[in-house]
Amino acid sequence: MSALATSATASAKAGDDRSRGGSLSWMALPALVFFAGFGVIPLAGVLVLSFTSWDGLGTISFAGFDSWRSVLSDPGLPHALWITFLVIVISWAVQTPASILLGVFLAGHQRYRAVLSVLYFIPLLLSSAAIAITFKALLDPNFGLGAGLRIPLLTQDWLGEPWLAFGVVIFVVSWQFIPFHSLIYQGGVRQIPRTMYEAAELDGAGRVRMFFSITLPQLKYTIITSSTLMVVGSLTFFDLIWVLTAGGPGDATRVLALDMYKRGFQANLMGPASVIAVILVLVGLALALFLRRLGGRDNSHSQLEGM
Amino acid sequence: MGLPLGATLAACGSPGPTQAGAGGGTGSGEAPAGSATYWYLSTEPQEGVRRRTMERFNKANPNGQIVGTTFQNDAFKTKIKTAIGAGQAPTLIWGWGGGTLRSYVQAGQVDDLTSWFDENPAVKDRLFPSSFGAATVDGKIYAMPCETMQPIVLYYDKRAFDKIKAAPPESWGDIMALVPKFNEAGIAPFSLGGQSRWTNMMWLEFLFDRIGGPEVFQAVFDGEKDAWSNPAAIDALTKTQELVKANGFIKGFSSITADSNADQALLYTGRAAMMLHGGWTYGGMKQDGGDFVSGGNLGYMNFPPVEGGKGDPGNTVGNPGQYMSISSKATPEQKEIAKKFFSTELISDTSVKEWVATGAVPIVNGANSHFAGSEDADFLNFVYDIAANAKTFGQSWDQALSPTAAEVLLDNISKLFQLSISPQQFVESMNAVIGK
Repeated sequence: MSALATSATASAKAGDDRSRGGSLSWMALPALVFFAGFGVIPLAGVLVLSFTSWDGLGTISFAGFDSWRSVLSDPGLPHALWITFLVIVISWAVQTPASILLGVFLAGHQRYRAVLSVLYFIPLLLSSAAIAITFKALLDPNFGLGAGLRIPLLTQDWLGEPWLAFGVVIFVVSWQFIPFHSLIYQGGVRQIPRTMYEAAELDGAGRVRMFFSITLPQLKYTIITSSTLMVVGSLTFFDLIWVLTAGGPGDATRVLALDMYKRGFQANLMGPASVIAVILVLVGLALALFLRRLGGRDNSHSQLEGM
Repeated sequence: MGLPLGATLAACGSPGPTQAGAGGGTGSGEAPAGSATYWYLSTEPQEGVRRRTMERFNKANPNGQIVGTTFQNDAFKTKIKTAIGAGQAPTLIWGWGGGTLRSYVQAGQVDDLTSWFDENPAVKDRLFPSSFGAATVDGKIYAMPCETMQPIVLYYDKRAFDKIKAAPPESWGDIMALVPKFNEAGIAPFSLGGQSRWTNMMWLEFLFDRIGGPEVFQAVFDGEKDAWSNPAAIDALTKTQELVKANGFIKGFSSITADSNADQALLYTGRAAMMLHGGWTYGGMKQDGGDFVSGGNLGYMNFPPVEGGKGDPGNTVGNPGQYMSISSKATPEQKEIAKKFFSTELISDTSVKEWVATGAVPIVNGANSHFAGSEDADFLNFVYDIAANAKTFGQSWDQALSPTAAEVLLDNISKLFQLSISPQQFVESMNAVIGK
């Protein structure tokens, strides 16, 4: 506690304008403790494990760079990275426009839109595993929706053809998460001052023009927030893909997180699995940083200039 | 991966553990002092047999109780491994023997039961000799074989054969000749739950055996260098892909899982004519298939020989039994309870009768004396005879191999059936993990 007190006083002395923040810095402590206990320490453990050889049962023995060498030379790794990259990019490209449009639509205060927004929210209430099981049953080539309704177009080998299976994964992921991102955009749109639209209307701007010149630029930070959540989220997708395709057919939908699980818990190779976990963390950090940079760190820049 | 005992895993259920038996109320892995712990699978009807067996034991032994906890198949496999690794294993470690048991043995987590079996010859003699193979690691017995034997069987729908006026296949050539006939009649020749991967593996197990004999896979199991390069292996892999290319399996088989029992449904709804599957699916088809089984429409046979093959057509593959080991971390009292359970209720006549009632064959010698009067007597006798007469009862490959090699195997099998790798590429990938 004394160390904490010193740091609090030290920051209090640092300057008058920062004294308020300094005296409240202890409030970050509970979060820090949790972050250290459930984030940093396990992460360090994984880093250590990546230099060992362990089957999850016996003794852990130090193995140097063996696991790293075996994972980095495995053709499965670039494949998993590529699939993960595709999932991130395509699911972002599908979800973002849909979420923005839905969000703008739902930002209106009409009653029917309020009703719709409740309905749209439902997929978010379901667990990923339940969604995956349901879609799996619906897409069954013999007993699913297509076979039941006798619609040949829907009777495909949905989870058995590599590209179809990949498409199904993107579709189900989008189906599940578009509601969430719509909600973020709905909030973002409602924050835009009405006066801007009134001014634009006076200048004779149409709805499309207003959308592209006011709504979209004003949503810049919302887009970055939502994109960060999407990108980092799809990097760690596991449950949904695991239940839906188990990474198959073959390895067509085997993203990094699945590769990690299969190596660690099915093949009993905790060392290589930890290597992939470390790679996942690094890629995730890099992406999050990149997206933050994209948002610009210039705090003095205002989007409400002249208001 | 792995062969579920009963594949009726309704995956929507809660995967969490459920307490049963004496005491209860304690967390998983813990038990009142002096009781042994026992984890088992929650699939009915097998769960009921396991629970009642345990309850009878507890009733007879008020001073040395067993506390049971149930798990779903896949949840169990991960949970038991984690628990053993963390030193929190239950007293009784249930499993399929083979490669997984070997990994427990290598980690020093299960007790050597060889001397106990020597001291209790009555127990050993009561059990099917073929069941001990998968319980034995480096010449020592580390598990008690228990429950039922589950050979893989070629099921067929008699209605489908009547429709195209053909007889069940007696050779691989017959199979390949039947394929276009069934396809013309709008019936898929074979049902297959290809997404589960081990379902595809059963085809390779039989083809390897029929073409090259059990020695081919034995060499892999023994870790011989380049054992997969055996010409018999290449031939078997090529024949498999020929069957896939000839549309031998139902369209969309890669989307079908065995866990949902959709593969069985394809057979009893008449959409597929044949299915290669475990003995445990008989009970499922009887239960879900309406009058398919009771109406005498279900036919079954051992896998036919392949022309020019070296393997004995009487051989079979599958699960020679289930296995129970004793955790080396258990207390001496717990181990005593476990051994008493092994020698009494686990293989008692009542338990044997209960297993027979589920449509399965217990691994007990003379179990066929309980078949008379059962409405499944034909099937039970068929399975018993297969197991009793087989020169070799090969263990399922994914159970026999180490978990590391098994994962690579299942992965490559899935690609083989996708036709995305050639037999040669399969052999190369598999040779790389021999002995791992």
